[in-house]
Amino acid sequence: MSEKANGNEVLKLENITMQFGGVVAINNLSLQVNQGEIVALIGPNGAGKTTAFNCITGVYEPTNGIVYFHGKPIAVNHPQGKMKKAYGGENGSLYANRKPLVYTPDRITHMGIARTFQNIRLFKSQTAFENVLIATHLRCKSNFLTASFRLNMHEEKAMREKSMKLLEIVGLAEEANELATSLPYGKQRRLEIARALATDPTLLLLDEPAAGMNPQETDELGEFIVEIKNRFNLTVFMIEHHMNLVMDISDRIYVLDFGKQIAEGTPEEIQKNPVVIAAYLGVDEE
Amino acid sequence: MNQKKSKLPMIITLALVAAVYVAVFVAEQMLPSTSMVFTVLKKGATYALVAVSMNLLNGFTGIFSLGQAGFMLVGAYVYGIFTIPVAQRASVYQYFDGGLVQFTVPVVVALVMAGLAAAFFAYLIGLPVLRLKSDYLAIATLGFAEIIRAIFQWNGLGPITNGSNMLRAFPNFNDFNIRDAEGNVTVYLSTLIPFLIAGVCILLIVLLINSSYGRALKAVRDDEVAAEAMGINLAHHKQLAFCISSFFAGVGGAMLAMYQTTVQAKSFTSAMTYEILLIVVIGGIGSVSGSVISSFLFVACSEWWLRFLDEKQMIGDFEVPLLRTGFRMVVFSVIIMIVVLFFRRGIMGDKELPDLLSRRLEKKGRAAK
Amino acid sequence: MWDTIFPYLLSGVSVGGQYALIAIGYTMVYGILRLINFAHGDVFMVAGIIMVYLAASGLPLWICIPLVLLITVAVGFTIERVAYKPLRSAPRMSVMISAIGVSYTLQNLVLYITGGLNKQYPTIPLISETVAIGPAKTKMVTVITPFLVIILVVALVLLINKTKIGMAMRAVSKDFETSQLMGIKINNVISATFIIGSFLAGVGSILFFTNYPTVIQTSGAMPGLKAFVAAVFGGIGSIPGAVIGAFIIGIMENIIKGLDVILFKLGLIQQPMGLATFSDAFTFALLIIILIVKPTGLFGEKVTDKV
Repeated sequence: MSEKANGNEVLKLENITMQFGGVVAINNLSLQVNQGEIVALIGPNGAGKTTAFNCITGVYEPTNGIVYFHGKPIAVNHPQGKMKKAYGGENGSLYANRKPLVYTPDRITHMGIARTFQNIRLFKSQTAFENVLIATHLRCKSNFLTASFRLNMHEEKAMREKSMKLLEIVGLAEEANELATSLPYGKQRRLEIARALATDPTLLLLDEPAAGMNPQETDELGEFIVEIKNRFNLTVFMIEHHMNLVMDISDRIYVLDFGKQIAEGTPEEIQKNPVVIAAYLGVDEE
Repeated sequence: MNQKKSKLPMIITLALVAAVYVAVFVAEQMLPSTSMVFTVLKKGATYALVAVSMNLLNGFTGIFSLGQAGFMLVGAYVYGIFTIPVAQRASVYQYFDGGLVQFTVPVVVALVMAGLAAAFFAYLIGLPVLRLKSDYLAIATLGFAEIIRAIFQWNGLGPITNGSNMLRAFPNFNDFNIRDAEGNVTVYLSTLIPFLIAGVCILLIVLLINSSYGRALKAVRDDEVAAEAMGINLAHHKQLAFCISSFFAGVGGAMLAMYQTTVQAKSFTSAMTYEILLIVVIGGIGSVSGSVISSFLFVACSEWWLRFLDEKQMIGDFEVPLLRTGFRMVVFSVIIMIVVLFFRRGIMGDKELPDLLSRRLEKKGRAAK
Repeated sequence: MWDTIFPYLLSGVSVGGQYALIAIGYTMVYGILRLINFAHGDVFMVAGIIMVYLAASGLPLWICIPLVLLITVAVGFTIERVAYKPLRSAPRMSVMISAIGVSYTLQNLVLYITGGLNKQYPTIPLISETVAIGPAKTKMVTVITPFLVIILVVALVLLINKTKIGMAMRAVSKDFETSQLMGIKINNVISATFIIGSFLAGVGSILFFTNYPTVIQTSGAMPGLKAFVAAVFGGIGSIPGAVIGAFIIGIMENIIKGLDVILFKLGLIQQPMGLATFSDAFTFALLIIILIVKPTGLFGEKVTDKV
């Protein structure tokens, strides 16, 4: 394994298996993302990449395995009940003695993991500014009574200033009062990133951030990701199909196929890896 | 922000609201107190509060609940039970030896208790129900409302609720009129009071909606998955909306008790919830001003303006067919169906009065350039 | 003991069967349109009112009965075309609100026509005759109902499984959009669903109102709601489930009505506790329990949502 030991481990998946009914979506996936890295997760459609994201963010409860965030487990499970017999993955008995642990997605965001979505999920009835402002709510220290009676004026002001600042950083200050869903596609994607940043994350999960973008926009996005990573001291874990973007900015790449990891390494190593090439490389989308 | 939103629309709206209050007060001193205007105003104010509370839950948070009548019932009863004058209790609770509760609290306290009781019931009900899918949630809340109705009608609880008999003799709106030594009314307040109660409550709801929590609720409505991913705890915020909405439904129920001067559990049927829902839809789901306007229109139409349809009309010797008792409600139902089918966004859509005003001002501004 | 419980069991089976006929309409419409047809209970009530007026107009009963069924079907069909079809692409809440509006309209219309007076359902010979079953005396209709329901349900299941329209209905309830793409005439399927549902509700009304002969505009509200609970209880989308759920609810409801008497006879209570008021509430408690414990109902299928 050629891992750059680049300081602390931020995210670690250990033997994660996700099974839906009879279908094993991810099988025994182990990976690690370190502080300050940009790591990409690539693979053909249906390989299980978004499922992996959903396991990390608490949308799904993994069938087996542990997810660590800054060294602390945030998801623990082993096959239970009906799943014990039906389990189709590997290492099913490895964690049988550990107590299952699961958090709702909002708690995971509180801990510092933020994400964007493959199919953009902006708040339809809200403006661009409001979309970002809503994402500052989780750090709100006041309760509904103090907030309603406007006793939290300072906090509210700070939230608004922070949201405006984020819009400026992603270059959407002009469109602040536009309805979020009326923005062009590329700008909606940037807005989603601004919204995720508003939650004060340490780890940013980007699900196909360049989908639907032309080559120039993709290049700009690449620069943008590196810039915000440095500015906000983030770690970035992204799913992408745009190989130019992946090879340009990633420090390391994991390759998934049919739910299993088939390769891992730096961009140069992956480009030369025959297993990867056999699986799908060479198809540069759009 | 590039341009600060002009404060003018908000000022105009507040001025309009203040003018309405003054007009109501003046009208009450001048017009005979039996005038239909006051029936409409009092009932309208009551329904306005309940409609806004329902809109908070259904329109702003996206929780399709049909349990309003149940919470109104709780509020109405809690208000009545704790404000019936001790001297009257023996006759009201005649089948239950004067009843269990033998003290009274001031009206304001009783109103708050009504809301808190309803909110408490909502909290308990919300625990299992709020994680259901929207259709099932609707039916489950409907079911709970029916269960609450059965409980309050049960003679076994008679010492507290008076069972299937009605509660009466508690303070109503007319008791607020200021009287002189001979008992004649000097200042009429019976319509201003419900306006004040409803006004304060609606103001509180508006403050909540415009706060960070209100924005979180709208996020839950727009996209639950995204809201959760942005750190908004769904269970917590849904419970918040449910309990606050039910609190004000309870206060609205107490107001209804004051308006009707008697309460009986069996009148709080699901039909009442449906009426409130229709009011909310006609006003515009997601618009507080829409719910308020629509409530008054609804009450005015059903109680007053369409009344002529219930009476036999003669043109010379010819009796106009169809016009007799009940026709008013038929016409009214058809009007509602037309709105539901062709004007789905309702009167105000999801805009508020200041929004409409600011658009007209903008248009005028642009035309003037 | 048996003598005490049996009459309640009997009326429970009878009313359960009547609920079943209404419940089928709910479950079929929900299975295809994902719509809770709030107006269905009122269609049942309208069928009752139509019979009252037709019989009062002097027509012989053997004409009235088929005529009532025909008119009820027409009413159900028209409601779908006028109030639901235009909103097919609208969000689900809009259609539900429309259904509530239709319910409101039907009740007000009937209130207007009847003037608010209770109407007496005509006595239909043969099924209204008193007959002794074991220790209980009851009307013939109580005996006929379960058998009639079983026959109709079997016929319906055969229709769904063996005919083309039935297959179309099954396809649409599994996947609305793809069925359209496959060339299935959606409007026909939906109309067929409402026609069948209304027909069964009409039959149910004849049986129900023979037993409880007072008809007013609110006569459909409770039976409608309970039939819907039965449909959910049995598993929404499952016809056998709706029927079984309806029978269970009918029986439990009647046993609770007689609970005071039964417990008294058993020596468990000394005085009537007025438990009959909870017979309706019990149905809803059952609903809530099933929604929490097994939301897909007794026989429903689990549907996983993709995030």
